Amino acid sequence: MSATVVAPQVETPFRRFVSEFSASPLAVGGLVVFVIIALVAILAPWIAPQNPYDLAVLDIMDGRLEPGSVGGSGITHWLGTDDQGRDMLSGIMYGLRISLVVGVGSALIACLVGASLGLLAAYAGGRTDTMIMRLVDLQLSFPTILAALMILAFLGKGIFNVVIALVIVEWAYYARTVRGSALVERRREYIEAAVCLALPTRRILFNHLLPNCLPPLIVVGTMQIARAIALEATLSFLGLGVPITEPSLGLLIANGYEYMLSGKYWISFYPGIALLITIVAINLMGDQMRDVLNPRLKK
Amino acid sequence: MALYLLRRLMQSGFVLVAMSLLVFLGVYAIGDPIEILISPDADQIEKERAIRALGLDLPLWQQYLVFVGKALQGDLGRSFVFNEPAIQLILQRMPATLELAFGSMFLSILIGLPLGLYAGLRPNRALSKGIMAGSILGFSLPTFWVGLMLIMIFAVQLGWLPSTGRGETALLFGIPWSFLTLDGLSHILLPAINLSLFKISLVIRLTRAGVRETMLMDYVKFARAKGLSPFRVTFVHVFKNIMIPVVTVVGLELGGTIAFSVVTESVFAWPGMGKLIIDSINVLDRPVIVAYLMMIVLMFIIINLAVDILYTVLDPRVRLEAKA
Repeated sequence: MSATVVAPQVETPFRRFVSEFSASPLAVGGLVVFVIIALVAILAPWIAPQNPYDLAVLDIMDGRLEPGSVGGSGITHWLGTDDQGRDMLSGIMYGLRISLVVGVGSALIACLVGASLGLLAAYAGGRTDTMIMRLVDLQLSFPTILAALMILAFLGKGIFNVVIALVIVEWAYYARTVRGSALVERRREYIEAAVCLALPTRRILFNHLLPNCLPPLIVVGTMQIARAIALEATLSFLGLGVPITEPSLGLLIANGYEYMLSGKYWISFYPGIALLITIVAINLMGDQMRDVLNPRLKK
Repeated sequence: MALYLLRRLMQSGFVLVAMSLLVFLGVYAIGDPIEILISPDADQIEKERAIRALGLDLPLWQQYLVFVGKALQGDLGRSFVFNEPAIQLILQRMPATLELAFGSMFLSILIGLPLGLYAGLRPNRALSKGIMAGSILGFSLPTFWVGLMLIMIFAVQLGWLPSTGRGETALLFGIPWSFLTLDGLSHILLPAINLSLFKISLVIRLTRAGVRETMLMDYVKFARAKGLSPFRVTFVHVFKNIMIPVVTVVGLELGGTIAFSVVTESVFAWPGMGKLIIDSINVLDRPVIVAYLMMIVLMFIIINLAVDILYTVLDPRVRLEAKA
């Protein structure tokens, strides 16, 4: 941000992006919160009060303690404990790791697959284009949850399977986005020049066309990370997502479901809040990026 | 129009074939069909008899034709758990899901349209900004967690509304419905609100965008210049034109609502198709899974087709394009 204060420097697209992005306090807040969440997730093994996977430190006598109470091992459970005496704060920190890895990982892979196919469709045109876009239409005409449900019903539970399901569900959004902007870009002179220079197709696609299609891709990617995290949580809540040994936020919430009716709200409530903050933070960033990167809104 | 319909029907038919192939391959190629279609308790002799009876010794393409042939006759296998035809099980649960889906769509229009209209007509008021911020929340909040919170607040803490089940039902056309009794209505309210949250946000945003765009059109200026009352301009001239995208999107959302009711039904123990499929996946009742997937695919194709046709009726521009 300090670069924008001494603005009369050469204005690069990146600097302009940074200055326009930071014009919205909400978006900057989202970014800060997201960075904190990511740090917490990465550093969980060092900063969490307890290792929630280590059965040796769990004491069943500490089960379902209220927030703020002190357990048998002398740890203060600020967010209470779940039915197995697991510290909720630690559980959430570790759960964030899994939610973020699944969300970000699947969004990146889907982006790779979708962007490649979208570029190919736009560049090749003709029958290839029609085939790929029909597939996109087909994919998008079914709701994400249904497609994910279908894939997990065939493949079974597991982190890897969830990532596969999310990639299959999401790639079409990237493909459509990239194709749209690539169709515009490929008629530009610099592509014509590259073709005249007889550069290899792969080079034209990835070195010339792709960088110019990036802005909308970044926006879709950001939003899709939030969607992927929410979808993973939903699938895990339904018992179709990650296994019990690697609880994500969704699974933590599911664990607390049965205790909710007896008034023990914290087991579901706090993981839900963590999930909510993560998703809202990403969406706030994405919202502002969409406004900044959308040329139609430029005056 | 006839040509357009025919082309659209052919497309739908193609999608149906493609999806049946996908489901078939998912069941027969990815999983072990013997494990999937024959109860795990069966012994070796029973297994071999079943393999022959099911035609699993035939080549794959012949098996697919047999699968399709049976599916066309409404036979998608029997549930292991309930020992009833899978189709029948799903049809029994369908009214509960449809009731919930339509209830939530009704709520989304009832709540979303006025809010969106207000936010569009008075974009700079604080209330409008609040409505728009709320709609972002509606998009961001995971449905299942909101459902849990609704239960926590209205069922556990306040004790106003029941948290699970359909409550008392009344018969109409021989089918039990919850919305016909007071007890049933109190049961459907929470799940319907839960399911409608996303759509309320969607309707708000669509309506607001539509109103803001339409207000700048020449015909609205002209209507105003003619001296029509603001009420008439808003509700006759503007409203009619923003209804096209709203109707389309809400119509398209019917499918999504039915699919997403999987989540709401699981949270509120609402005995519909969605809860059935989750239970079936968890106990590996595969015939029910296959039957559900085929049914929902068919439903989707019909919904998409219906929305497309409705669209051509509502918007003359689409009709002209189809003719050209």
